Amino acid sequence: MLKAVNFLVVWVLLVFFWVLLNGSLATDVLLVGLIASLIISLLFSKDLALITEFRATPPAFGAALRYFLYFLKELVKSNIRLASIVLSPALPLNPGIVKTRTRLKSRMGRLMLANSITLTPGTLTVELDGEWLYVHWVTVESTDIEAATAEIVAGFEQHLEVMYG
Amino acid sequence: MDGILALLGGILLVAGTTFLLLGGLGLVRMPDVFNRIQAGTKATTLGTLLSLAGIACLQPAWATKLLLIGLFILFTNPISSQVLARAAHRIGTEKSPLTSVDRLAEDQGNTP
Amino acid sequence: MVDMLIYLAATLAGLALLLALYRFIKGPSTADRVIAFDVLTIIGITAIGLVALIEQRGIYLDVALVYALLSFLGVIVIARYLERGL
Repeated sequence: MLKAVNFLVVWVLLVFFWVLLNGSLATDVLLVGLIASLIISLLFSKDLALITEFRATPPAFGAALRYFLYFLKELVKSNIRLASIVLSPALPLNPGIVKTRTRLKSRMGRLMLANSITLTPGTLTVELDGEWLYVHWVTVESTDIEAATAEIVAGFEQHLEVMYG
Repeated sequence: MDGILALLGGILLVAGTTFLLLGGLGLVRMPDVFNRIQAGTKATTLGTLLSLAGIACLQPAWATKLLLIGLFILFTNPISSQVLARAAHRIGTEKSPLTSVDRLAEDQGNTP
Repeated sequence: MVDMLIYLAATLAGLALLLALYRFIKGPSTADRVIAFDVLTIIGITAIGLVALIEQRGIYLDVALVYALLSFLGVIVIARYLERGL
């Protein structure tokens, strides 16, 4: 049952991207896309199981929206902060690699978390090891695991937890 | 109305390319690989997204394709910089002397 | 007015390309060069978008998409090579 749902989700996603890519809904274009996506999802859907780890419940969609808005806000805010570092003549850096811990269990949740941390400038995920995340930080504020986790991880984690668990 | 959208597009384009320039500047000024990855890849992600949004405002017919490029960059850019940072750390690329702490090297049993 | 903004954007992108190119040539480590290459491609995507806009040819955007795809794969493969050889 889960396998069938997974297969369908992958197929629909692939067709959706095909249509976006072609920008047309003509019969022949659509037919080729449907068949090609069908073959790909038949072959690979079991390896793409992480897409369907998203919990399709109403609170999860709400969290996804809040996560997206929070992400955009952080992206702009921290880009401006990094720009001010780069532009200042003294180059005020205090780089270092700190260790943080995540409560997230699912693979997709952890991937999204690592990507979000990387995309907000100032922090860069260097290594993922189970629940431990090693993060390169341009301006280290705390080397303590709990404090660094609260500073870097917690903001994204609270939304991702509802979405993926 | 059309003029306002075009003006918005132009402003977004300039803002985006400014971030690209800042990313390039960071790439030149930062002292070691990890800081360069920080400055280089992320300012340019936001810069590219803003520029693509600007192009979409100037040429609304291209919006879907630009959205696709934007999504692709948003998903792949962090992955490639992460993979590169990990590789740089594993092969022991030299870190800047400013680096205050390296928990990863400590946990692997190397002195930082 | 808008045309001027577009050309200003193209100038800024060109300057960014030069800065990344400096890092690409200077190095010093391989990882530095790879990251400079990655940044060059990302700026290149915007540059292709600008060319498409100026020349009014939407088909160039497909080039940008394929360029993004190839650069992503390239960086992943080089990183993997750095870690343990091909």
